Amino acid sequence: MATHGVIHRPKPSPQPSPRGRGREGLDRGVRRLWTAVLLSLLAFGAFAKDAPNAAADPALEARMMRIAQELRCLVCQNQTIADSHADLAVDLREEVRVMLRKGESDEQVRKYMTDRYGDFVLYRPPVKATTWLLWFGPGVLLVGGLLGLILLLRKRTRMSDDRFEPDEADGVEEEVRT
Amino acid sequence: MIPEIGQIALLLALAVALIQGTLPILGAARGRSDWMSIARPAAQTHFLLVAIAFVCLASSFVRNDFSVLYVATNSNSALPLQYRIAGVWGGHEGSLLLWLMMLCGWMLAVSQFSRHLPQPMTARILGVMGLIGAGFLLFMLMTSNPFERLFPVPADGNDLNPLLQDPGMVVHPPMLYMGYVGFSVAFSYAVAALLGGNLDATWARWTRPWTTAAWTFLTIGIMLGSMWAYYVLGWGGWWFWDPVENASFMPWLAGTALIHSLAVTEKRGAFKSWTVLLAIIAFSLSLLGTFLVRSGVLSSVHAFATDPRRGLFILAFLAVVIGGSLALYAWRAPKIGLGSRFELVSRETMLLANNVLFVVAMLSVLLGTLYPLLLDALGMGKISVGPPYFDTVFVPLMVPVVFLMGVGPLARWKKAELPDLAKRLKWAVVAAVIAALTTGWLAGRITAGATLGFLMSFWVVAAVATDVWERVQPAGGVRAGWVGRLALMPRAMVGMLIAHLGVAAFAFGVSMVNTYELERDVKMAVGDTTEVSGYTFLFRDLKNVQGPNYEAMQGLMEVTRNGKPVVVLHPEKRVYRVQKNPMTEAAIDPGFTRDLYVSLGEPVDGGAWIVRVYVKPFVDWIWGGCLLMALGGALAASDRRYRVKQKQGSPATVASGAQA
Amino acid sequence: MNMKSLRFIIPLGVFALLVFFLWRGLRLDPHEVPSPLIGKPAPSFALTRLDDANATLRRDDMLGKVWLLNVWASWCGACREEHPLLVEFSKTKAVPIIGLNYKDQRSDGLGWLNRFGNPYDASIFDQNGRVGIDFGVYGVPETFVIDKQGIIRMKHIGPLTPDVIDKRLMPMLRKLNA
Repeated sequence: MATHGVIHRPKPSPQPSPRGRGREGLDRGVRRLWTAVLLSLLAFGAFAKDAPNAAADPALEARMMRIAQELRCLVCQNQTIADSHADLAVDLREEVRVMLRKGESDEQVRKYMTDRYGDFVLYRPPVKATTWLLWFGPGVLLVGGLLGLILLLRKRTRMSDDRFEPDEADGVEEEVRT
Repeated sequence: MIPEIGQIALLLALAVALIQGTLPILGAARGRSDWMSIARPAAQTHFLLVAIAFVCLASSFVRNDFSVLYVATNSNSALPLQYRIAGVWGGHEGSLLLWLMMLCGWMLAVSQFSRHLPQPMTARILGVMGLIGAGFLLFMLMTSNPFERLFPVPADGNDLNPLLQDPGMVVHPPMLYMGYVGFSVAFSYAVAALLGGNLDATWARWTRPWTTAAWTFLTIGIMLGSMWAYYVLGWGGWWFWDPVENASFMPWLAGTALIHSLAVTEKRGAFKSWTVLLAIIAFSLSLLGTFLVRSGVLSSVHAFATDPRRGLFILAFLAVVIGGSLALYAWRAPKIGLGSRFELVSRETMLLANNVLFVVAMLSVLLGTLYPLLLDALGMGKISVGPPYFDTVFVPLMVPVVFLMGVGPLARWKKAELPDLAKRLKWAVVAAVIAALTTGWLAGRITAGATLGFLMSFWVVAAVATDVWERVQPAGGVRAGWVGRLALMPRAMVGMLIAHLGVAAFAFGVSMVNTYELERDVKMAVGDTTEVSGYTFLFRDLKNVQGPNYEAMQGLMEVTRNGKPVVVLHPEKRVYRVQKNPMTEAAIDPGFTRDLYVSLGEPVDGGAWIVRVYVKPFVDWIWGGCLLMALGGALAASDRRYRVKQKQGSPATVASGAQA
Repeated sequence: MNMKSLRFIIPLGVFALLVFFLWRGLRLDPHEVPSPLIGKPAPSFALTRLDDANATLRRDDMLGKVWLLNVWASWCGACREEHPLLVEFSKTKAVPIIGLNYKDQRSDGLGWLNRFGNPYDASIFDQNGRVGIDFGVYGVPETFVIDKQGIIRMKHIGPLTPDVIDKRLMPMLRKLNA
């Protein structure tokens, strides 16, 4: 896939990040992080506080994640935007949060995504003429299969004995239960 | 030098495989015993040569021979030894060699354990396997040579993908391939039977242990893959219906149908042509999976990076092998006999209903996996088909399967009575309903989905208990006590019961974790605590650690419950030095009744980290269930019945012969 | 072969169909996402210019002209590939080219243009990538052709190549300008 650029861009400089360029960058990033931790330890040291929720509004966050679980991350190799760390996924999750805060419905959020990226972005394919085979196929196959089996078995019971082979199994092996 | 030896070994193996694939089969057609007798020694030589090649590649990895392109792409001198060895199958070319190695392993086993088969049968079976081997060797030598050299020799290699540097990598592919490739034996038996025209109940008896063994390995392989995803990917999921996962699941579904269909064919000699078709389909799905994973046709995290040219070769190979066997089927199957009769209501019918359900399930997974490709190829746009589709379609199909799982073993062969079955199972139904509702109530809330899941699970347990109960009752003439009667149960039957209990455990684990899992995403600075489900998590420390080929931030999480220490967990955020992708190493405390799962997210300002804490009830029962299924399979495959030459009317067969 | 034995050919027939589709599939790219915006109005935007944070460029400013929107970033490797070509193409003055600087830093973006040349009549600065999302951008580089009425007529994903410019772009521009 050489044609399209990769979305993994380095984070802007001030934020400490283990993802640096080369070993030096890595050590620098990790050292900064360690310093920050030590400093915060000094600052907050004695207070073992009950950790706050990562999200400002857990209920909204949960709703966002539920929607995000069914949206595809377009720059990933088959992942949802809920699970992906890619920048586009992070951006889209934020977009969903913004929309939910504005009071939009799940359906409106999905329409926002498909307006921009097409049906490809939905992991639950919409039911339309092009997907009838997909959604109804299994049911049709099941009914057809079971019906076919029953018809076939009934046909067998109506056949004359000479069409069949002698039962070699009976008489040789016995069930413990008769 | 060593890579060259490996290269030559592969070339020689191709020559031997071509001989193995042609002479014995022609010999069987013409009745030439001398040609047919080539089959075994050819298979053994084939195995030896491929083994030599495999050892040469492994040795190149261990010795860090970066003049071999494949080693340079997939290894590194800082890579720990076990991953250097696992690196052999870390990429496309090497995994093909693993595939071939497994094929040769099964081939050797067949050549050793086929003394009781008539010579033409053995010749044909080994011949077909030889042809498959030849195809893979040709593919490797023409497009995917693992021994290709690289000049100038780089100082060090690219390193194995960090996601693969894990114990899971050491066991998952070998087990998976043992299973996939193992279905080639059933396939070869089927093609041999079609070629020879001798398709009867005995054929089914010969084929069954091989099929069950392959199925067992595939179950373990898929289980390992799922476990690995769970603890490596950091988000606690264990199945995504990813195309590559589906590529391994479809043969499993077909294989499950096959082992049940073989039961009917062995017992009644009936539905032979259907069983043969299933055997062809199961292995065809394995081959299809090989294509899907390597051709670039589908998008997946698991897909090997490869080019459409290789895809074309595999497709051609598929067309020849599968197309050829299906053409042979179309030609020969109409002549196959009907076997003997059985009633509309009978164990045979229930087994066949099982088949319909599993085949429909398999076709549904196939449909969902290939549908995006289908629409795109027809120019009708691009869609995605993901877990919401598969969950919606697959789960309802499994409900009747599980129901039948309870009833089937209690139904009589040839003719069963529904009122009789209902009477015998009524307590099982009552027990299952009560247990399901009680479990939901104990867990904190009763939901429809969870109750259905528990119902399925307890139904199987209750039905198995009923079955065992009936078998230990005094029966006419058999005077032993109940322990003695238990010991009399044939291994195959015990295997079946354990495998079915495995399904029950699986269903229980899935229902529990999907309904009652608890998750908390919190911002934790060192010293902070959070509480989930009665467990207190204290973020005690965070430090920088050095791994053999990575650097990591490692958290120290102390977990207590009611003040008593439970476990100390070390979640990590690793960065591998060569490939530089950040990896989340979740810290998991596995337990019989729950997993505690902690993973580090991203660092935030102020030195705190986003931490995800999960309590997952009974999640290990998912894989415990798979393990039980595999154990059941192993027991069933090793039943003495398959190794004792069957004599007509011999009393010795009574004890071991009671049909599972 | 009589009617009854015809059903034994069904598996072979289904398989042949499968092989056909798999063969077609080898020529397709499962990662390429077609745009649902072709034939629809370009999303409205009002972004500051990259070179002047006080000047704003809006979508409607471009009405009446056929124009190109090229999505680029200083951190994008594949953009480096197409850039010389784009610079050359801009010299022909065939069509106004507006650059969308996607998820970048102003200084980095300007520095990049200084180093490698500036083919753009103007570049607009989309720091948080929201305008990109509105256009259905999921990777960099991407190029849009927008007509005089402000309707998106074409989207090219990945770096531009001489082939794409000659065989797809130029004919489209000729058609739209006629």
